[in-house]
Amino acid sequence: MANIGIIISLVIIFGGLLALLIRSVKSKEVDRRVIFLFIFVAVAAPILFPVTFSEKASPVVKAIFNKVESLPAGSKVLLSFDFDPAMAPEVQPMANAISRHCLYKGHKVIFMSLWATGQALLTQSLQDFILPGFPEKRNAVDWVNIGYKAGNEGVLNVIITDFRKMFPTDVNTVPLDSIKIFDDIKSCKDLDLVVSIGGGKPGPKEWILFVGDPGNVPIGVGTAAVVAPQLYPYYPAQVVGILGGVKGAAEYEYTLKETHSRFADMDTPGLRMMGPQTLAHVVIMSFIIIGNIIYIAGRRREKKRR
Amino acid sequence: MKRQIPLFITFFVGALLIFSVFIPPMESAGENFTLFFDIIAVFAFFLGGGNLLRVHITKLKRRKQDWPFSIVTIAGFAFMLTVGIFKIGNPGGIAASVTADGSWFQEVFNYVLTPLQSTMYALLAFFVASASYRAFRAKNREATILLIAAFIILLGRTPFGLMVTSWVPESLSVLQIPNLAIWIMNSPNLAGQRAIIIGIGLGVVSMSLRLILGVERTYLGDDSG
Repeated sequence: MANIGIIISLVIIFGGLLALLIRSVKSKEVDRRVIFLFIFVAVAAPILFPVTFSEKASPVVKAIFNKVESLPAGSKVLLSFDFDPAMAPEVQPMANAISRHCLYKGHKVIFMSLWATGQALLTQSLQDFILPGFPEKRNAVDWVNIGYKAGNEGVLNVIITDFRKMFPTDVNTVPLDSIKIFDDIKSCKDLDLVVSIGGGKPGPKEWILFVGDPGNVPIGVGTAAVVAPQLYPYYPAQVVGILGGVKGAAEYEYTLKETHSRFADMDTPGLRMMGPQTLAHVVIMSFIIIGNIIYIAGRRREKKRR
Repeated sequence: MKRQIPLFITFFVGALLIFSVFIPPMESAGENFTLFFDIIAVFAFFLGGGNLLRVHITKLKRRKQDWPFSIVTIAGFAFMLTVGIFKIGNPGGIAASVTADGSWFQEVFNYVLTPLQSTMYALLAFFVASASYRAFRAKNREATILLIAAFIILLGRTPFGLMVTSWVPESLSVLQIPNLAIWIMNSPNLAGQRAIIIGIGLGVVSMSLRLILGVERTYLGDDSG
């Protein structure tokens, strides 16, 4: 049923695009509402009739995956959810995938957020996606949520020397001194890996500048696709790897499923979202071609007139 | 005096924070100042909340354009503030996290704010498509280069990119679309971004020095500096 649905949708989309392409030779501009309609069908069809593609992890994604994989069990990993609900559909899948991977490998995971809205999304991720798959993992022993603190880069400037000055307690007001994970952690310098997931400020870039560089702490980043190009100058010297947008999440999820059989039936929103993203990209590219044909045809007509 | 005191505070704090980076015994002083900053940052929330109320109450009183929306803003603000402070519906009680699962605060966040913000962001897909159609036209050499780069990146971010160029032999794998997309990100993009970052860094240094040395005084409400 899903296959028939997606085939019908593809026929509608490509049939429509072909008609527009033929029309474009006559140099007739396309109304923006027509573009909106095509994008709507291209995004809606793969959501209603899910299609998934196989992925091949790019070197930047593979690097961060390998880092998590190679750390010995019991390593201290900090995951910072630095995003809001607007960015969540793009970056939450990768945050969930990395969290699961870290817990599976037996790392001690510290969750936090530099965004006020990040704390609620972190709770949502923990309750709905991460912890149900790991009932054996205990709060304060295998993972801990220290929540959000105001102060942006200021927070990082303090926790690079002392966690307890900025986070005297976890999110449930339990003192950090009584949390087992923090027994041998004084500052960020005692962490084996920090992964910041977000795309705004403060976010991955601030983690690199205020924690990664001064503390010599390995930093991995997950970010929205539009922000990823800004982080490439830091790879590979200052960041371990980069997950960019839905594609980065999909590659990570695919590699995780391929590598560990435990995740064979894992929910993979990143891979699912590649369907709408792929079709939307194809539609956008088709409209770019149509736009250029219209432009060239129009220019030729003008020359003839002269 | 009204000018000299703020200038002195700026010079003192700025100089101290610079020295704290380079002189290890002064490290803790720098750290303490960062803590002061974080405490001040918390007060910004009070200021922001107060300002929001002032603006919308004034709008409501004067029945300015779109004043009914101010009622929604004030009601939403008051509601979230109340359920957040008193942790209404929170299964862990007053000591638990404000975002504990099941609390009213978290429920409203999950079922109202999250869908609303996600919807707004999702609308970008429509505008990006329309803007790409109009903007990416090969009008000159530079626009053509931009168009080709955009095309490769767009295709490289999808499985189609690999499908389309899977016939390219392994010895020429660099010409496969996904690899070309990676090359664009790793070379031209990286060079450009690095230049921008270095430029911004130098700009920040010079602006900071101007502030610390009192050359730049616009933050005092004086545009003569």
